[in-house]
Amino acid sequence: MSPGVSPQFNERLSTFEQAARTIVGPDNVRPSGTDFRLCPRPQSTAESAQPVLIEPATEQELAKVLQLANNADLSVIPRGGGTKLAWGNPPHRADILLSTARLNAITEHAWSDLTATVEAGCTIKQLRESLSQHGQRLALDPLWPSRATVGGVLSTNDSGALRLRFGSLRDLIIGVTLALPDGTLAKSGGKVVKNVAGYDLPKLVTGALGTLGVITQATFRLHPLPKEARTISCLARNPREAQRLLLAIQSSKLAHSAAQVRFVESMQPQIDVLFEATQAGLDAQVAQLKTLLTPSAVIDPGPAVWNARQELFSAGSDDQSNSAVAKISTLPAKIADVMEALARASARQARCNAVFQATGVGTIHLVGEPMALAFVLELIRCDLEYQDDSLVVYHRPSAKTFALNSWGNPGDALPLMRALKQQFDPKSTLNPGRFVGGI
Amino acid sequence: MTVAFPSFDLPGTMGQASPSPPFSLEEHPPSRGKASVDARIVQELRAIVGARGLITSAEELHTYECDALTNFRVMPLGVLLPESTEQVQAIVRLCHRERTPFVARGSGTGLSGGALPVENGVVISLTRMNRILEIDLPNARVVAEPGVINLDITGRVSAQEYFYAPDPSSQSVCSIGGNVAENSGGAHCLKYGFTTTHVLGLEVVLPDGTLVHLGGKSLDAPGYDLAGVFVGSEGTLGIATKVILRIVKRPECVHTLIAAFPSTNEAGAAVSDIIAAGMLPAAIEMMDRLAIQAAEAAVHANYPDCGALLLVELDGPAAEVQFLMTHVNEICRNNGASEIRVAQSDVERALVWKGRKAAFAAMGRISPNYIVQDGVIPRTALPQVMSEIDRLSRESGVRVANVFHAGDGNLHPLVLYDRRIAGQEAAAEALSYQILEICIAAGGSITGEHGVGEDKKQAMSKMFSEPDLQTMHRVRCAFDPLQLSNPTKLFPTPRLCGEKPGKYEAHPLEIAGIAERF
Repeated sequence: MSPGVSPQFNERLSTFEQAARTIVGPDNVRPSGTDFRLCPRPQSTAESAQPVLIEPATEQELAKVLQLANNADLSVIPRGGGTKLAWGNPPHRADILLSTARLNAITEHAWSDLTATVEAGCTIKQLRESLSQHGQRLALDPLWPSRATVGGVLSTNDSGALRLRFGSLRDLIIGVTLALPDGTLAKSGGKVVKNVAGYDLPKLVTGALGTLGVITQATFRLHPLPKEARTISCLARNPREAQRLLLAIQSSKLAHSAAQVRFVESMQPQIDVLFEATQAGLDAQVAQLKTLLTPSAVIDPGPAVWNARQELFSAGSDDQSNSAVAKISTLPAKIADVMEALARASARQARCNAVFQATGVGTIHLVGEPMALAFVLELIRCDLEYQDDSLVVYHRPSAKTFALNSWGNPGDALPLMRALKQQFDPKSTLNPGRFVGGI
Repeated sequence: MTVAFPSFDLPGTMGQASPSPPFSLEEHPPSRGKASVDARIVQELRAIVGARGLITSAEELHTYECDALTNFRVMPLGVLLPESTEQVQAIVRLCHRERTPFVARGSGTGLSGGALPVENGVVISLTRMNRILEIDLPNARVVAEPGVINLDITGRVSAQEYFYAPDPSSQSVCSIGGNVAENSGGAHCLKYGFTTTHVLGLEVVLPDGTLVHLGGKSLDAPGYDLAGVFVGSEGTLGIATKVILRIVKRPECVHTLIAAFPSTNEAGAAVSDIIAAGMLPAAIEMMDRLAIQAAEAAVHANYPDCGALLLVELDGPAAEVQFLMTHVNEICRNNGASEIRVAQSDVERALVWKGRKAAFAAMGRISPNYIVQDGVIPRTALPQVMSEIDRLSRESGVRVANVFHAGDGNLHPLVLYDRRIAGQEAAAEALSYQILEICIAAGGSITGEHGVGEDKKQAMSKMFSEPDLQTMHRVRCAFDPLQLSNPTKLFPTPRLCGEKPGKYEAHPLEIAGIAERF
């Protein structure tokens, strides 16, 4: 027991634990231990220094446990693979870690309908392997696929470069089952790709960081695996030329699946384009791209370049105390402006690597003193928000001196977002304080 | 031509169920006690939109008493034609103050009664807010007001070889605002997605008159995806006054093939094989014999006379499309296609599409009245569902023509009847409802693109459980706690937005004085 924990709180917690054991079985209620290591300490560390880990086996069990916690005024941090528990602001309270690890079945792969229904705790890798048996895929390239789960990836709205062609999760999810803090289990959407019956709750909970309900199951539209794939890259002299080439590729009639620009410190920016097609289509398109990029020389670097985003995140984790990783959302035609502003702001204070997708969504990795990093990010964020763009900090230096809010200003719809939170989670049971505006 | 559509309301509540309003917004309202209030409101409304922005005469109001689902009619108290966001805000604030419900309306082409006025309410028509505000080609964005016509977006960017992808059949007259409300689809959403795929941001007047910005020109604005929730909410969450759209570069080449099959079974098998082969065509459309005959009679598309016609459109890089088209050709032959034609020119392709897009209207050639249904099924359930529809049709003696987006399983059965023959309308409505039940039983949906609106709200409880609906209702309560924005639509039964029980907890921002609870 940590010092400062009130006896009343302990009593509530132990009553809850007892009841939870009868729901999920005694082995599935235990101290979170190392499972919690990635989660930043709640702001008020007086209560519940180590949350209780609970692993329900069914969505009914999950909903019951959630309801129980809600009734006992205990806060709940939903957990999938635990890869992104540090995303968002540190929660105000973290009493219970509600894990979907045992909710990991692929409920249905209707391969001839190109849809699949999956439980939240299924990892992306497990899903990929299963879908590939019928030559299909969830056309998404999120971070850490071997550990990241469907529920976690949805809640954090994590997508990579394939988004250019296939859209992000909002475009791939067609149905969802949610457990709400009051114990409600509700479905929305459906199992068909085209459906406008009722409000689009699958989109509402995508990227909601588990603050409205816990996703227990989701249905996705799938795509066929590509027949052939090839990556073509070229170097640009500077960010401006990189942007010019990227825009030229975007306004061409090429049907590429992904395009990105990598900015590695003190090196020339590199542009990568991914084609996925039949052999015949591929050859013709590669030839067209080469013409478009003339006189720049092109190379075929292989598929590893598409790990660039994940590598920035890994570099951030390797150097905990002096690194920050953030996502920048801007427009494709402003990428060079952003990179130049970053270079100006971080001069002599921080080093910066970045990768920008052709969609205008970029990941940056900064290295420097925590104070300096906070200063650079704040400066860039001001600049971006002024232009209706945004910067979200995902990885923050462990130092106490780094006080930057993860999300920045969510704009004039914040009261509406709070009203939604109030409707779904009136007691702020789920992830209290982790999301925008203190939600 | 009179066109009738189905109703799932109890008999007696449907159709011309509009009693004369208890008070009127006309200049000299009948003295019923509320007259002075009325006159004051009229004056205030006129001050907002000007004399030519306010319609109160019964004669002119008739235009607005229904949308394209004409069997539901309600006379609104008045119609407002604002020209700016500020005017919309002022109107909505006034409605909020007076607790007067309002219904936003675009071009009125909706097929589910979404723009049907509500009793004692006003209609806010957005047709005068029809400017394209910004075209940003490098970033492929267009910012438009809600009254802009769908096809005009493409018209403005086609010289630069861009287009706006969602293409509902009514695209030459329907408005972007209406598309946003209904999350409109179209024939090409198989590959390109729906309205929601192409709406990146919205300026919205909330039901209390507050102006908010959801999403934006760049992706992933921090916070909940409220633009994603608003699109397809059928006017129940507020009024969009500005829409940020994504436009798409025209593909290098487009090939359209039509193949004649003995029946929908063979055509359906060909569709499955095309999908199984890993292709994602821009569109796959199917018509059965009755639909072909109607389309042929109406626009002379020169379709072959057959049991089922499949239209497959592939687009993309030329080499890829040519290669895949050969493959589609083979698949069709292997599944028993007797005749296959590839449209050789833009003119031929346009003609092929003209027949398909005119199919609904063409029903007038073979039936005085018809009901358009909009159910969705998993594509693989097609043969079973088609044979069930066929059986029901034979048993009831009600003819059904089938036109559908075969690629995504969105059926548009057209239930044909003659209102003048006693009992036919009721039989057609019964059959139409049975078709929806078949779709739900097959794991599908009651609506793929036309919306729930007034028409299918009772069927919502067939598709969703009470907890499902109650959860959706929470969204409604967050946006519109007084339920003034298009009330009575979408949900099967009236629901209140009650206070949620729960302990009050001061938010840190409240403590810090940054924010207030509301």
